[in-house]
Amino acid sequence: MATSTTKALTGEEPPAPPGTADGGKTARRRSALLHRLDVKGAPFAFVAPFFIVFAAFSFYPLVYTSWISLHDVELATLDVMEWVAFDNYVELWGDSRFWNALWNTVTIGVISTVPQLMMALGLAHLLNYRMRASLFFRVASLVPYATSVAAAALVFTMIFERDFGMINWALGSVGIDPVDWEADKWPAQVAISTIVIWRWTGYNALLYLAAMQAIPAERYEAASLDGASRWKQFTHVTVPGIRSTIVFTIVLSTIGATQLFGEPLIFGQGPNGVTGGADNQYQTLGLLLYEEGWKNYQMGRSATVAWAMFMLLVLVFAAQRLIKRLRSRTS
Amino acid sequence: MGTFGSLRTRAVATVAAVGALALVVGCGGSDDSVTGGGKKDGKVTITMGLYGVMGLKETGLLEQYEKENPEVDIKAEIAGDEQTYYTALQTRLAAGNGLKDIQGIEIGRAKEITETQADKFADFAGTAGTDHFLPWKESQISTGDGKVLGLGTDIGPMAVCYRKDYFEQAGLPTDREEVGKLWEGDWTKYVEVGRTFKKDFKGDKVAFTDSASGLFNAMVYGHPEQYYDEKGELIYDSNPAVQEAWALASDAAEEGLTAKLRQFQPGWDPGLANGTFATAVCPAWMLSHISEKAGEANKGKWDVARAPQGANWGGSFLGVIEKSPVKEEAKKLVAWLTAPEQQAHIFKEIGNIPSSAKALEDPAVKNATSEYFDNAPIGRIFGAAAQEIPDKQVLGRKDGTIKDTFSQGLALVEQGTSRDDAWKTTTERIEKAVG
Repeated sequence: MATSTTKALTGEEPPAPPGTADGGKTARRRSALLHRLDVKGAPFAFVAPFFIVFAAFSFYPLVYTSWISLHDVELATLDVMEWVAFDNYVELWGDSRFWNALWNTVTIGVISTVPQLMMALGLAHLLNYRMRASLFFRVASLVPYATSVAAAALVFTMIFERDFGMINWALGSVGIDPVDWEADKWPAQVAISTIVIWRWTGYNALLYLAAMQAIPAERYEAASLDGASRWKQFTHVTVPGIRSTIVFTIVLSTIGATQLFGEPLIFGQGPNGVTGGADNQYQTLGLLLYEEGWKNYQMGRSATVAWAMFMLLVLVFAAQRLIKRLRSRTS
Repeated sequence: MGTFGSLRTRAVATVAAVGALALVVGCGGSDDSVTGGGKKDGKVTITMGLYGVMGLKETGLLEQYEKENPEVDIKAEIAGDEQTYYTALQTRLAAGNGLKDIQGIEIGRAKEITETQADKFADFAGTAGTDHFLPWKESQISTGDGKVLGLGTDIGPMAVCYRKDYFEQAGLPTDREEVGKLWEGDWTKYVEVGRTFKKDFKGDKVAFTDSASGLFNAMVYGHPEQYYDEKGELIYDSNPAVQEAWALASDAAEEGLTAKLRQFQPGWDPGLANGTFATAVCPAWMLSHISEKAGEANKGKWDVARAPQGANWGGSFLGVIEKSPVKEEAKKLVAWLTAPEQQAHIFKEIGNIPSSAKALEDPAVKNATSEYFDNAPIGRIFGAAAQEIPDKQVLGRKDGTIKDTFSQGLALVEQGTSRDDAWKTTTERIEKAVG
């Protein structure tokens, strides 16, 4: 194999065997060409499936979405497009629903991400100890993640139901007035965050656990020799040891929070889910996109929301980069 | 080994590349079977897209047709939620792909279909044996130039469902004739009864009615023009019928006469099962939902009385796709399914009121009673209500969306927002949604 490759690359032709004359020569030449294609082309062929699928299902929709967002177009009549340039973006900027949805996305994002990552960290720390049936607990912490959003959200919707839900029943038994979880702003946002926290805490805990197990045991030994308590060990050895994983989970959670959609949609159910409550009290950007596209059938405006969401993410990460650079310069 | 290895690589690479291409190309689909139905070896396959409980499959009609026409094979796909169904239908109409031969059309979408998709549906105008419908029903699915895009299934005349036991506890009459007289002719009298109920009801907290939006819909749908005028102009914010309904429903909401529920949303079904409200404005098709969700435990406690004023809420059509390879067979099936005998059959089985004037005259329909609602003569009550529906029913393109937005506006009032703020929010939202 190796020798034939060098020959093919240098273009050196071995003498044709007598009798075959020209036919043999072209056959060899063809096989050399195929060979060269094989060596040079095969890697591209191997990676091609991903890029073709990416082009068809990610890049093309992205470009097409930006094209649509510059038009006034309805779902029922997709072939009738009216060019409006950046009107949709200007309108979105001045639309109170957009700012409301953006703010809701931020608040729900914060009240779901912060406790979630903290709890995951604690859970991972506990799982990291030697204990009985640790495998069971590790698998158990992944079960919520494996549950579908729809199923989880439906169950939580019943638990948080106003008149006959479990939580209001429990509150009532200790003499607290029932809470209208769906209709009031903060209770609704807390309820939705609960679903998110329940689903993702175990997943993040396992990521942390994997990182924690890579921390050399000697560091803990040294720390305990120095007389550091378990808590001191956690803050001074564990957390610095898994810093990069923490950053990674924050990035993942931020993307997840920006795209939050299924939980509030099912929590509200029907027309209320699409608008994020009668008062839009828990409408996220994802829901606003859905409302514009699949309830009002305004594809242009829907695509504009999609692009605004994308640009927001870019903005967030640019800001994060900038802060990081500034900080390293000052330190 | 070397040659063999490279051969294998090449083969794998080729397969991978071809596979990826096939994936991309495959999404284009072929054009020769846009509707899924077709003819093969003398056998005709007809596909149907339906939603909710239209009663065509549930009452065995499709099976009966297959038995009577052994060469026909019907495949019906039923979506639970009409909103989801209609979104999918719109996407498929736009793409010209994935459609069924027969598609169900809800009344709130009829105008949009006749205005934007008329060329994609087959014309029923002049089809023999289809002249038995209520005149306004057929006009709702007709285009300006006289094309009829579908045939009607049911309609939604309204009555008031009420709990007899609760009425008794509040010292109100329980007999359905007398209850009907309490609010005869005027919805404000209905709210007046609610005030009496709230004052005199003895027992745990029970609201007079389930939702402000139910009352609002009942009032608005009693008028020939609702959110659009005949020319297709939006009049939702200036139409006195809408304003009156908004004012009265807001009264009921502010005075705590409603259970602050939203129909067909979470909380409503357990509310029915546990009896947290005494009345609900009920179109005919809602009876099956109430009896199912309120359950055996409440059988005989519910009854049906006449509504103060006639109105039509809901109803559906069946349309046939123009490009269907089995267009004629599908049209024949639709005509059969919506014929008076079949509509009467559906009514007897599940209570959907026929849109066929001839079926409404059928003694079996007229004399029908409902065992669950204490043997209420539902045939007579809803039949009479159907006669009261205004002869003209102006539909608009975004009726469904506007109705939902008003329901949410009234939910705001129920949650404590002032009615003026809620009205402002609602009209702003509608303007954004339909503008």
